[in-house]
Amino acid sequence: MEDFFRQLAAEAPRWNFIFFYDERSWNRIVEGLYYTLILSVACVILSVVIGVVGAWAQGSPSRLLRNIVQGYIQFFRNTPPFVQLLFFYFALGQFTPTYSPDGWLQVPIISNVGWAIISLSFFAGAFNVEIFRAGIEAVPDSTREAAEALGFSRMQTYTEIVFPLAFRVSLPALNNNLVNLIKTTTQAFAIAVPELLYQCVTIWNDYPSAQYPTMLLLFVVYIGLVGILVFGMHKWERALRIPGYGV
Amino acid sequence: MAEWTPDQPLVSIRDVHKSFGELEVLKGVSLDVRKGEVICIIGPSGSGKSTLIRCINALNDIQAGSILVEGIEVHDPDLDKLELRKKVGMVFQQYNLFPHKTALENIMMAPIKVLKEDPEEVKKRARALLKKVRLEGKEDAYPGELSGGQQQRVAIARSLAMRPDVMLFDEVTAALDPETVKEVLITIKDLAEDGMTCILVTHEMGFAREVADHIYFTDRGVIVEHGPPATFFKKAKDPRTREFLSQIL
Ligand SMILES: Nc1ncnc2c1ncn2[C@@H]1O[C@H](COP(=O)(O)OP(=O)(O)OP(=O)(O)O)[C@@H](O)[C@H]1O
Ligand SMILES: [Mg+2]
Repeated sequence: MEDFFRQLAAEAPRWNFIFFYDERSWNRIVEGLYYTLILSVACVILSVVIGVVGAWAQGSPSRLLRNIVQGYIQFFRNTPPFVQLLFFYFALGQFTPTYSPDGWLQVPIISNVGWAIISLSFFAGAFNVEIFRAGIEAVPDSTREAAEALGFSRMQTYTEIVFPLAFRVSLPALNNNLVNLIKTTTQAFAIAVPELLYQCVTIWNDYPSAQYPTMLLLFVVYIGLVGILVFGMHKWERALRIPGYGV
Repeated sequence: MAEWTPDQPLVSIRDVHKSFGELEVLKGVSLDVRKGEVICIIGPSGSGKSTLIRCINALNDIQAGSILVEGIEVHDPDLDKLELRKKVGMVFQQYNLFPHKTALENIMMAPIKVLKEDPEEVKKRARALLKKVRLEGKEDAYPGELSGGQQQRVAIARSLAMRPDVMLFDEVTAALDPETVKEVLITIKDLAEDGMTCILVTHEMGFAREVADHIYFTDRGVIVEHGPPATFFKKAKDPRTREFLSQIL
C-alpha cells in the first residue's frame, strides 16, 4: 500500500499522497482529525445547550433577560463568524488571566482551542436559540394550559411538555445548523488551532506536490463527518417520532 | 380566614368582574356550588362561559369580586396555585392531551411529577381510571392513535388521577362527532353519579336536563336566569332564555 502511493507520487507529481507513506505527515493528519473532532463535538454540544437555555430565557417574564438574549442573537447572527473568532481570540484573549505551570512560561487559561470552541458555539448557539424558539412557538398554548391546570410549574411544563415537543419540531432545522457548524470549525485555522485544515495547509506548504491529495482528503473527511452527523440525526428523528402525530 | 367545612359551598363565586382590556366579559357573576352538586352553564357563544370557568382555576385573573374554592381565595396574589389545582380538575374542548405520551403516561404524569407519588401506585390507579372511562387495552396508545371521544375520556381520566374535589368541563363534547359524544357524556354521568362535584359548560340540553342539579343561563356576562332543570326548561321567564331555548331545543 505505502509502496503504491510512493510509486504514484513518483509517476504523477501532482498526486503525492504523502500522508500515506510519510509518518510525520500521517501524524499531522491524525492530530488534525483529533482536533477537528474535539471542535465539532464540543461546539455541537455547547451550541445546543446555549440554544436550549436561550430559548427558555426568551420566554422568561423578565424583560431584561429577554433583551439580553435578543441582543446576543442579533450580534452573533448579523456579524461574520470569522470576525467573531478573531475578536474573541485577539481582543478578549488579551484580557484573560494567565497561569504559569513551570514558573517561567505564562500560559493563558483559555487556549486558542478554547477560544475557537467558545466563539463557534456562541455563533451557532444564536441560531439554535431561534430554531428552538420556533419549535416552542409551535406548541399550542392550550397544551401548556392543560399542564398548568394539572399543577405543573413553569419549569416542569417546559421540561416535561413544551421542550420535548418543541425539540421534535426543531430537529430538521437544528440538523442543518449543526452541519454548517461542523464545516465552520475549519475557520479555527485562522487562530492556529491545529485542526485538519491547518495540518493540511502545513503539509502542502512543505510539499506542494501534496496539495491536491490533501484537498481531496479534506473533502472526504468532511463528507464522512457530516454524513455521520446527518445519519445520527435522522436516526434520532425517527426514534422520536410520535405515532399518529404530525412531527 | 375561616376554615372551610363541607356544609359550605365548595365553590363560591361572588360578584365577579372580568375584562379583557376594554371588553368587559363578566359583569358581576355570582353562583354557589355545593359538594356533590352538578351544575350546567349554558348560554350563547361569547357570553363568557369559558371565561368564567377558567377563572375558577386561575387560568384567567379577575378584576373584582371573589372566588372561593374550599375556602381558598383563588385571586389572592399570594395564592399557592398548586394547592388550588390539586382541588380543581379541568377538561378542555380540545382534549389537550400530551401527544408525546401514551394514554397511560398522560394519566400518570401529574401525580408522579406534581404530587411526587409512588409511580407503581400511580400506575395501578391509572389503569383503574382507564377502565373506569371504558378504555381498557388502550394503555399504550398515543393520543394521535385514538379517536376524539377516546382522547377526551383519557383527558377526563388524567384529570381524575389528581383526585380533584371539583371538575370543570368546558364544552368537552363540542369537538366530537355525534356518535362519540354519547360515550363521553356517559363517562361524565358516571362521575356525577359517583358524587363528583361538576361544573359543566355544555350545549347538550338533553344531557343537562338529565344530570344537572342546577342550570345557569348566561348572556353577555351576566347570569340571566337559573334554576333546577325541571323548572328551568319548562318555566323560563326571561325572554332571552326563552329565545335561546327555542333555538336550541
Ligand atoms: N384571551 C382573551 N383575550 C381577549 N378577549 C377574550 C379572550 N378570551 C375570551 N375573550 C372574549 O371574551 C368573550 C367571552 O368569551 P368566552 O370564551 O368566555 O365565551 P363563551 O361563552 O365560552 O363562548 P363559546 O360558547 O363560543 O365558547 C368573547 O367576546 C371573547 O372574544
Ligand atoms: Mg367557550
